[in-house]
Amino acid sequence: MPLLELKQINHFFGGLQAVHNFNLTIEPGELIGLIGPNGAGKTTIFNLVSGFYKPTQGDILFHEKSIIHLKPHQVTSLGLARTFQNIRMWNSMTVLENLCISQHYRMGYSFMDAIFSTKTYHEHEKAVVKRAMEILESLELSEAAGEYPKNLPYGLQRRVEIGRALTIKPSLLLLDEPAAGMNPSDIDRLIELIQWIREQFHLTIWLIEHQMKVVMSLCERLCVLDFGQIIAEGSPSDIKNNPRVIKAYLGDEEADDDAEN
Amino acid sequence: MRHYLSLIVYLAICLLIIVIFQQNWLNAYIQIVMMFIGINIMLSSSLNLINGYMGEFSCGHAGFMAVGAYTASLLNMGLFTTSSIFGRSLFIGPQYSVFLFPVTLIIAGFCAALVGLLVAVPSFRTRGDYLAIITLAVNYIVKSSIENIQEIGGARGFMGMRQVVNAMNNVINIPWLMIWILAFAGTSIIALKRFVGSTYGKGVIAIRDDEIAAEIMSVNTQRVKLIAFMLSSGIAGIAGGLFAHVIGYINPGTFTIMKSTEIMVMVYLGGMGSLSGSVLSAVLFTVMLEFLRPLQLFKWVLIPLLLIILMLFRPEGLMGNRELSDVFPGLRRFFPSKEY
Repeated sequence: MPLLELKQINHFFGGLQAVHNFNLTIEPGELIGLIGPNGAGKTTIFNLVSGFYKPTQGDILFHEKSIIHLKPHQVTSLGLARTFQNIRMWNSMTVLENLCISQHYRMGYSFMDAIFSTKTYHEHEKAVVKRAMEILESLELSEAAGEYPKNLPYGLQRRVEIGRALTIKPSLLLLDEPAAGMNPSDIDRLIELIQWIREQFHLTIWLIEHQMKVVMSLCERLCVLDFGQIIAEGSPSDIKNNPRVIKAYLGDEEADDDAEN
Repeated sequence: MRHYLSLIVYLAICLLIIVIFQQNWLNAYIQIVMMFIGINIMLSSSLNLINGYMGEFSCGHAGFMAVGAYTASLLNMGLFTTSSIFGRSLFIGPQYSVFLFPVTLIIAGFCAALVGLLVAVPSFRTRGDYLAIITLAVNYIVKSSIENIQEIGGARGFMGMRQVVNAMNNVINIPWLMIWILAFAGTSIIALKRFVGSTYGKGVIAIRDDEIAAEIMSVNTQRVKLIAFMLSSGIAGIAGGLFAHVIGYINPGTFTIMKSTEIMVMVYLGGMGSLSGSVLSAVLFTVMLEFLRPLQLFKWVLIPLLLIILMLFRPEGLMGNRELSDVFPGLRRFFPSKEY
C-alpha cells in the first residue's frame, strides 16, 4: 500500500504552469530525493503536498485518502511533517516552546481550560513538554532547550527544525533542502542524522536537495524535475548517467561531481 | 501557599483600596482617576493580545468598548431603573442590580466579542496594513450605527447610569463600581496571562513570528485568531460597560479613533507583548493625562510628541517583550512558574 500518491498534478500560478503532469508514488520506508535546477517547481510540489497550495488539477492521496481539500494543519495532523528551505522557527520563543507549539493540533484542551487552569490543561501541558524533551534528548539538543533558535549555530538550527517536525509523530517527513548553506562537516553530520532518525522513528523521507553528496549518499531513488515535469526517475547511479539529466542539471556541475566522488 | 501569593497580595491591595474608598479618605476626583486606571488596564492589556502578542495592528478598539458600554447601560437601565426611554423597570426591582450588575457586564462582553467577529473573520484572509484598515472601519461602523439609532439617544448620547449605581448603593453602601473594576481587571489580567502562557495560546505568538510555519506546523491559525480577537474585544466590552457606569453618560463621540489611539499609545508605551508593561503604562498614562489637564488641548500636542520621542529612542516600549518578573527576578517568588 503506497504511503503517498501524487496523481496527474498540474498547478498554475496565473498563466504560469509550475507543475506539469506530476506523478509519483512513495512506498512506506523509502528515502526518495527530488532534484532539479532552480525554479523547477520542487518547493511548489512540497507546498502542494503539505496543503499550503491546492493543486489546480489532480489528486494527492496520503494513506490512500485524498488530502487536497484539507487545511495545512489538518494534513500535518495525519502525520505529514516538513521543514523549510529557509529555516522558519518561531524566533521569539525558546527551542522547547517551539517544539511544544508544533504539537498544537493534538492539544486536548480548549482555551477555556487554559484560562481556568483545569486539570485537563495541566495534564496535556505536561505531556506536550515531555514529548518535546524526549525529542530534544534523542537529538542531543537538551542543552539548547532554553535557547532562542536564532542564537544557535546554523547546523543546530536545522537540527532543531527537524526536531520540531518529529514532534508531530510523522510517518512521512518532507525535507526541503536540509543542507542548504551548510559547510562540509555540517553536511556529514546531517547525513548521519537523517539516516539515524529514519531508523529510529521509522520514517519515510522525501527530500529536496542541491548538494549532490547528500543526494547520492542518502537516496535510494531519485526523481529529477525540470520545468515542472519529471524528466528522469531511478537509482542515483542511473540518474548520474542519464543524458537528459546531465543536460538539464548536472551538466554544468560535472567538475564539482568529480571532485566530490 | 506560594502558589497563591500573588493573588493574596492583589486581594490585600484591593481590600485596602475599597476601605479607602469606603472611608472617603481620598477625594472624589482621585477616586474617579483610580477607576479609570482600572478600566485602562483592561483596555491596554486586551489590545496587547492583538497588537503585541499576535502582531496585528488593531486600531479600532474603542468600537468594541462602545458596544460593551451601550449593551451594559441599556440592560441595566432597562432592568433596574425607571427611565424615559424604557418606562418602568422590567419585572425586577432596583435592589437586584447588586447581583445582576456583573451579569450584565459579562453579557456586554459577549456582545462586544460578537462584534469582534467583524475583525476576526477578515483576519483569516488579510493581515498587516489591510487588517488595520478593517479594524478602523469596524470602529466607524459601530460609532455611526449608534449615532443613527435615535431610540438610544443617537448622537446626543445616553445617560442615567448613575441611577443603577445609586440603586446598588441603596442596598448596601459600599463602593460597588470600584469593587467590580478591581474584580474584572484582575480577572482579565489573569485570563490573558494564562492564555498567552499556555501552549495553546502561544499559537498566537507563533502567528506573529511566522504565520506560514504556524499554519503548516499544525496550528489551526483560524481558530487561534478567532479566539484571540474575541477574547480581546470581549474584555474591551466589559471595560466599556464599566466606563459607562463610572462616567454616567456616554455618547458615540467618546468612542472614536481618538479613544482607540489612546489605548494604542498605552500598549506601545508599555511594550508589545508584555502584560505587566501594559498595566504599568495604563497607570502612568492615566496619571499623566490628569497631570497635563491644565494644558487643556495642548496636551494633545505634548502626548503625541512624547510618542514620537518614545518611538525614536525606545521603540520597544517601557518593558519591550519582557515581563516585570524578567526585569526584577526578585518578583518571581510572587509568580511561581510552572515546572514540568
